[in-house]
Amino acid sequence: MITLKVNGESHELDVSPEMPLLWALRDRLHLTGTKFGCGRAMCGACTVHIDGEAARSCSIMVGEAAGKTITTIEAISGKVAEAVTSAWQRLDVVQCGYCQSGQIMSAIVLLNGNKTPTDEDIDLSMEGNICRCGTYVRIRHAIHEAAKSLA
Amino acid sequence: MSTSNFSNSGAVDNSRRDFLKSAAAAAGAFIIGTYVSFPDVAGAQGGFPQGPYDPNLFLRIGADNSVTVLSKHFEMGQGVTTGLATMVAEELGADWSGVRFEFAAADARIYNNLLFGPLMGTGGSSSMAESWEQMRKVGAAARMMFIAAAAAKWNVPGSEITVEKSVVTHTRSGRKANLGELAVDAMHMPVPKDVALKPAKDWNLIGTKLPRLDTPGKTTGKAIFALDMTRPGMLTAVIKRPDRFGAKVASFDSTETKKIDGVVDVVQVPAGVAVLAKDTWSAIRGREALKVTWDDSGAEKRSTAEMLESYRQMMKQPGISAEGRGDAAAGLARAAKTVEAEYTFPFLAHAPMEPMNGVIELRSDGAEIWSGSQLQSLDQMVAAQILGMKPEQIKINTLLGGGSFGRRASTTADWTAEMAQVVKAIGGRAPVHVVWTREDDIRGGFYRPMVMHRVKAGIDASGQISGWQHTVVSKSIFKGTGLEAMAVKGGVDNSTIEGIADTPYSLANLAVDVHDAETPITVLWFRSVGNTHTAYVMETMMDELAHLAGKDPVALRLALLTKQPRYAEVVRLAAEKSGWGQSTGSGRGRGFAFHHSFNTSVAMVADVSVNQAKLKVERIVAAVDCGVAIDPDVVTAQIEGAIGFALSIALRNQLTFKDGRVEQSNFDDYEPTRMREMPKVEVHIVKSTERPTGIGEPGVPPLAPAIANAIAAATGKRLRALPFDLSAFA
Repeated sequence: MITLKVNGESHELDVSPEMPLLWALRDRLHLTGTKFGCGRAMCGACTVHIDGEAARSCSIMVGEAAGKTITTIEAISGKVAEAVTSAWQRLDVVQCGYCQSGQIMSAIVLLNGNKTPTDEDIDLSMEGNICRCGTYVRIRHAIHEAAKSLA
Repeated sequence: MSTSNFSNSGAVDNSRRDFLKSAAAAAGAFIIGTYVSFPDVAGAQGGFPQGPYDPNLFLRIGADNSVTVLSKHFEMGQGVTTGLATMVAEELGADWSGVRFEFAAADARIYNNLLFGPLMGTGGSSSMAESWEQMRKVGAAARMMFIAAAAAKWNVPGSEITVEKSVVTHTRSGRKANLGELAVDAMHMPVPKDVALKPAKDWNLIGTKLPRLDTPGKTTGKAIFALDMTRPGMLTAVIKRPDRFGAKVASFDSTETKKIDGVVDVVQVPAGVAVLAKDTWSAIRGREALKVTWDDSGAEKRSTAEMLESYRQMMKQPGISAEGRGDAAAGLARAAKTVEAEYTFPFLAHAPMEPMNGVIELRSDGAEIWSGSQLQSLDQMVAAQILGMKPEQIKINTLLGGGSFGRRASTTADWTAEMAQVVKAIGGRAPVHVVWTREDDIRGGFYRPMVMHRVKAGIDASGQISGWQHTVVSKSIFKGTGLEAMAVKGGVDNSTIEGIADTPYSLANLAVDVHDAETPITVLWFRSVGNTHTAYVMETMMDELAHLAGKDPVALRLALLTKQPRYAEVVRLAAEKSGWGQSTGSGRGRGFAFHHSFNTSVAMVADVSVNQAKLKVERIVAAVDCGVAIDPDVVTAQIEGAIGFALSIALRNQLTFKDGRVEQSNFDDYEPTRMREMPKVEVHIVKSTERPTGIGEPGVPPLAPAIANAIAAATGKRLRALPFDLSAFA
């Protein structure tokens, strides 16, 4: 049994410690807002927060995540999360939407650590999140808008 | 498979409408059963099934005053659900904040695509165009029924009643009721036969930015895609497919696979060998342990260079001639200057962010599917054939698609077929979720074909284009599929040459011929189809000819579009907004491209900087005429997105083969555009009240040629292959 602390609750899971966190979240806890895109930490669709940092859940084993504080898109909260989600909604950033949980999770971590990100800061922080629909213009705009609303 | 199979003909259940009406009335809801006939649209296409098949379910209004539009179209990010709902809400007089959408059931009798039916499906950037009358009439008919209901209830003339923001008002007395309160009464009103649509000047919603209906779910993790579906007792299946196209399973050994915890079964299916497990990870691990011996006798074993060489050899012989204009050979014979060049384009994978997948459940009386189904009628037909059922026994629950770019509209419904084959192989004893990994997706075929072009074009002494000879080699997308009759004319697959033979430029002497390459590698349309490569050749050659003639590239295009004033306006708008003709500074270049596809015109001006072998696309200014922009913000988003999508195709994406095996496998060696590469984008939309045309695809074709022309402006070098080879600039 492995204990995972996800979204403020403890879950006892009878899984191999080698199972990627992504599949434990999706297939066992049915937290499907976290997406599978590449399985190799190259697209960011599976981004969650582990102890407040952005992490690619497809490439972290359940055993490594045990005991840590895991937050998924379903349970983000606080001023920064609200500002980011609200900016995403106001600007209608999404197209297919599949990558956007991961984009939002990465954007929150960026703004938690940097209240006034420049375009270069955004390029760097969002580098690992692919959007195949190409919504980057709006993601950038939404991050700036969220930063403004938090100022 | 004949397209006639798409129409689920058969007796119409006359009791169904009454049943639905009373069921809805019991629930306090209004469901519009407006059967709206479109002889004008349908007649032109010749395939619209005849006869009443009420109820024609497009709209449901709840007692809570919610307005739910049933989307006949698949949402893959193109904003179609918002667009369809806008049309209904406009005519109904609905308050947008109460508007919702649901996907309609798969039923071609009701949800036939009026432009390429009879079948239910989304594609060809047709959704707004095909439903422009239909959806507005649904809303207008409903409004009339609510007015009639209020008039009867209040005993006042209908002419004194208005519907605005979901409130029905008797203007003289000020009496009001919301749609929800009148829903049951409205259900009992006759469905009007003739409905008048609002003139453009009275539109309140069409032409404005409205909040997208799919945004809330997609920003909270609540939106459900097929990959998120689960059913009681469901098994997840991953399939070991051959690494060479055309190979077949000779034998397999599942001993090690079956030792893996969670693995439940291993079965052979036509696509390969399926490993079924209790969860996705166990299925993936089980597949890694599987040993399969392949029969490669019919497989593709060539490498990319050999395939290209075979294309070159084919070009030495005359191809199948497509419709041309004038006498190209004579035009070239009197040319003062000519250019002749070869262009190559690689195989491309669509790589939607959500890998292909779907859930299927077998029952005694049919099967139920949950998937990002884009051609529902084809999915029904293919699954039915495999399962020995009738198409109408396949219930499809269409879910949001995590991208498609053409992939989810497979001509053979390949992944739906796999779902049916796997569930059949286990005797339907559990619901099955067939899941593709990213590697399966990149290596799984249904690619934009590899294409080679050869063009010889010339200008005469006065600088006019005197002749244009154009040869294309590609595997046909349509030949050998059930849709062949739709796209192949005189032996020529139109999708190979669209954008050349039908160029809107007034080229007097144009000859086009085609060679069909043969390979077991599966090919498919890819966002903007043939235009992905034809626009590149046309627009870079046009630029080259302008320079050869000493003419401004924009002026040259305008001179060739004098008979197409709407197209010319798009060219002018992009030129004007981009500051065309002004200096860009050293190390920088500005390039222009225009392309007309899916009845929409898009022009793009690219500003680039080239430093050593480093290219940065700094800015794209785009102009678009897609008729009425039902939601201009969605139109803008589609152009922005098309630029982001098409940029990596220009910069680096390619699938190459070594001994018949695809060399790429994931986003490291097939990398989509990333944030840092995204240029600044400006989109300018031509104001129009003409009927809407496509917007999902037409933003793709002009991007790469605009960038290539900008690179030529900066460096003087012509790039004649995608992706760009910038090594020459190092």
